[in-house]
Amino acid sequence: MTKCFLRISLILTGLIMLFPTQGIAETPFPTIHEPEGHGVECVEDEDEMRRNHMNYILHQRDKTMHEGIRTETYSLSRCIDCHVQPNDKGEVVGHDDKEHFCNACHQYAAVQIDCFQCHADRPQKYIKRASKPQALKEQLQEVLAAKDMGDAQ
Amino acid sequence: MSDQINDSRRNFLSKAAIAGSITIAPGVFLHQTAQAKSDDQAVSSNTRWGMLIDTDKCSKGCTDCVDACNNEHSLTGFDRPTTDAQYIRKVSLVEKQTGHEISLPMMCQHCETAPCVDVCPTGASFKREDGLALVDKHICIGCRYCMMACPYKARSFVHEEIKNQTLSAPRGKGTVESCTMCVHRIDKDGIPACVEACTEENHNAMIFGDLNDPNSTISQELKKHGGKQIRADLRLNTGVRYQGL
Ligand code: SF4
Ligand code: SF4
Ligand code: SF4
Repeated sequence: MTKCFLRISLILTGLIMLFPTQGIAETPFPTIHEPEGHGVECVEDEDEMRRNHMNYILHQRDKTMHEGIRTETYSLSRCIDCHVQPNDKGEVVGHDDKEHFCNACHQYAAVQIDCFQCHADRPQKYIKRASKPQALKEQLQEVLAAKDMGDAQ
Repeated sequence: MSDQINDSRRNFLSKAAIAGSITIAPGVFLHQTAQAKSDDQAVSSNTRWGMLIDTDKCSKGCTDCVDACNNEHSLTGFDRPTTDAQYIRKVSLVEKQTGHEISLPMMCQHCETAPCVDVCPTGASFKREDGLALVDKHICIGCRYCMMACPYKARSFVHEEIKNQTLSAPRGKGTVESCTMCVHRIDKDGIPACVEACTEENHNAMIFGDLNDPNSTISQELKKHGGKQIRADLRLNTGVRYQGL
């Protein structure tokens, strides 16, 4: 019994020496930049988002993919738009950088993120392409009308 | 239930569109105004998106639609033309007897009875309610059965790691992809990038719209002048139709 106790306490001491308590207690908090244009509140409480963000994103993913529902609140792009912002040097880093908002925690927790194998890992609002469907639709109407005139002759 | 709501909403809106469009040109309807879908509304089978391509207006050397699509989806190549992804390509048809040559853009034909969906072992290839044939890349295992099954060679496999994707066109290594009819645009009441480019450059060879709406430009045009399916013998009831073949 005492032998067993001794062994356990030895193991515990060993563990404590291996991982200084500081290292266990301190979570490297990622820098959360002031979100642009959306106000500073996240879409849910911080605690809720820390634990369950993946469920929100997964649910939204299937809704968007299969039903074409494109509300922004729980979309991955909304997360990225707010949380991935230029650093002090003015660079917007990619998801493989430890400064990236998602990667900061995921690296710490050793959970691999697959999202960015396909999805944009940085906001793209600056390169958004504007479409001008209305003007083009009107142009098309004129062309078709001209074609009809040709038919009538 | 939701279909009923959609129906009445559509009827109401299309009446509004009729009233609005009379001043533009009598008998011509800007269908897309009638179809406007809010972001939280699911797509429904009331709509079937389609495209009509007039090959007489499509010139041989022109690649405006292809360029626009590549740009829209950030389809950067790796200088390997046989395997680089393409959603749309230009195809030339030459009639042997006369030497008459037709040039046309070829992309996913959004078949109603889609062979790609039939063969997909995972359910990644699917038909959306509004007629689009899409790949859910979250599920796709990259087996490429769908590529083999597609009679139009419409699909590509992503062989390499991709970086700098655009926000609206997620794409990555190990999955199959093809023309999405620019689903990200049409869900926001826009028109496909290829159609936009073709019209913007004043070729006007492509019309996009709702085949289920008898008043839409595309349905009216199909009714008046017809439009053929490529490989109609396969009876896939394609969403993309061609004139001048
Ligand atoms: S054209 Fe090919 S990829 Fe598109 S729906 Fe038909 S079979 Fe599927
Ligand atoms: S490659 Fe993907 S989409 Fe195509 S058949 Fe296989 S799992 Fe389905
Ligand atoms: S509809 Fe969009 S995805 Fe399809 S060929 Fe045109 S530009 Fe490309």
